[in-house]
Amino acid sequence: MAQITMTQALNLAIDEAMAEDPGVFCLGEDVSAKQGGGVFKVTSGLTEKYGEHRIRATPISETAIIGAAVGAALAGQRPIAEIMLMNFVGVCMDQIVNHAAKLRFMSGGQTPCPIVIRTTTGVGVGFGGQHSDMLEAWFAHVAGIHVVTPSNPADARGLMRASIDANDPVIFIENILCYGLKAEDPGPGYRVPLGKAAIAREGTDISIITYGRTVLDALDVANELAKEGISVEVVDLRTIAPYDEATVLASVRKTGRALTLHEAVRPFGTGAEIAANIQEKCWDVLKGPVRRVGGTFSAVPFASHLEQAWIPNKGQIIEQIKASMGKL
Amino acid sequence: MAQIDRDKLLDIYTRTMKVNRTDEKFRELLMGGKVAVMYYCVRGQELVSAAAMAALEKEDYVVCTYRGQGEQTAKGIPMEKWWGECLGKATGTCKGKGGTMHITDPETGIMVTTGVVGSGLPIANGLAMASQNNGDGRVTLVSFGDGAANIGGFHEAMNMAQLYKLPVVFLCQNNRYGEHTAYADHTDSPNIASRAAGYGMPGVTVDGNDVHQVYPAVKEAVDRARRGEGPTLVEAMCYRMMGHFFGSDFSYMPPEHIAEMKAEDPLPKLRKVMLDYQFTEEELDAIVADIDAQINAAVEHALAAPLPDTDEIYKDVLEETA
Repeated sequence: MAQITMTQALNLAIDEAMAEDPGVFCLGEDVSAKQGGGVFKVTSGLTEKYGEHRIRATPISETAIIGAAVGAALAGQRPIAEIMLMNFVGVCMDQIVNHAAKLRFMSGGQTPCPIVIRTTTGVGVGFGGQHSDMLEAWFAHVAGIHVVTPSNPADARGLMRASIDANDPVIFIENILCYGLKAEDPGPGYRVPLGKAAIAREGTDISIITYGRTVLDALDVANELAKEGISVEVVDLRTIAPYDEATVLASVRKTGRALTLHEAVRPFGTGAEIAANIQEKCWDVLKGPVRRVGGTFSAVPFASHLEQAWIPNKGQIIEQIKASMGKL
Repeated sequence: MAQIDRDKLLDIYTRTMKVNRTDEKFRELLMGGKVAVMYYCVRGQELVSAAAMAALEKEDYVVCTYRGQGEQTAKGIPMEKWWGECLGKATGTCKGKGGTMHITDPETGIMVTTGVVGSGLPIANGLAMASQNNGDGRVTLVSFGDGAANIGGFHEAMNMAQLYKLPVVFLCQNNRYGEHTAYADHTDSPNIASRAAGYGMPGVTVDGNDVHQVYPAVKEAVDRARRGEGPTLVEAMCYRMMGHFFGSDFSYMPPEHIAEMKAEDPLPKLRKVMLDYQFTEEELDAIVADIDAQINAAVEHALAAPLPDTDEIYKDVLEETA
């Protein structure tokens, strides 16, 4: 099988969904061929195939973009709306939280809202305080939304297809630093079901529960610590909310130790909820408190060395694991 | 003056009285302590809603606001379901989970009732975008107040609708108050419709208390949208003859404003038009009596209806919990 990047994986998933279902269409800033197929080229080549009605380049109007996606979804279509950078969700939270997420419930099940909101973010590229944040916890706190993020190209293809199939809103987070990752193409029609985590690496001493780009850090750490005789299991949530509790708890029951890891700031992060849940349900087997690693509680800084100091790093992860193992 | 077909006028009158009698009944129940729920009165705005709904086809989509009783009942939501929802009953349009501010009834085209000022416009664009994409010929009408014209989503939605020539009608019911703030205290431009020019869109201000102005204006906007010529902003000047919500203080309304709105009350004006069209007092009274009988039966049905099961709080969150 061919190797594909995450960008290509997303493009292939959207392409095949559009080919199969005329109700699938994309809208967002700069998404059409006239603007080069999206700032990160995820919708490249699709205007030529499906026309400008189905690859709608929009004004810079996040509220109108998500509102239009909500309305089209209520009328039975399956819009894929792009919010160019995740921080811009601040402009359209009303449409996402008060409308997309709640319309199924408030209508007594009459009007589900099947939209995919694609958005990009990531710390480590020098974009500074308003273009870098991972804001998944904002949405994980809202009932009625799936929050999804892939850590590799195969999952990107499979999660995107599953997200387009889903009959509810999905916040689909793409990490800028993952677009160029290459892996084997899982092929047409591939789907990764929402709400199913993956064991990215098996281990017996501690479970790292993470998602997105930090899965790569966790795998590096696992490799490194294996040399010291520490066996790390890496759980890639893939769907952050609602998350695969069964897989997480089974992993922790096996290892007896857990560490949550995310790029988002640590306080009130998804790691806190997962840690609390593990402690409630695995108290009998836990060998110590669940550890949490996350970003620094400040805005993402610009200068490269500040940004690197801000982001959770492998040293911190190793330190927390060793502390948990009593090996510091 | 544009003439309105006699049958259409009767249709508008019937819808108007349905809205008015529903409003009267709701206030009677609230005042009598029979029910205690949030209700946003529509007294004074009945004709605008009724005429607008009469300009639509059955399949057309509507997005309205918490003050949406007029659109909802005039578009034709079955009364038992409407009252059931307003009283929080299992028989309601939304199983009692939406309530007065969130009535949804896709069967009659009431797609969203939003409780957030101005949020309906961007959603209306999406419904219209779906119609443009799949060529189903529907028009979407979104109703909102003058207060909504100052929210960012209004601007974003108007620009986008005109850009794509979406089949949508923006109906601003300018009732002179945004929540408790008078028009002159929230806006310094003489009207809302003039903003349409800024988006390259036609905009028109009409007297919402005059059936001969409001119906033709909305009808033309609907026809234009259906012809594929794009959106129109119709501003219907009207009065909110009560407070922002039932029971809220409206002593801030100056006496001259109250005198003005009483003089402009759309109901006696419409009645006079009906008589001019040779409808008899008896015919008109019979229509109202029939509506009252329907409303009373629907209210009795809703009062006697079961409450939703408490496990409904876990249902309809995501498809998996449906």
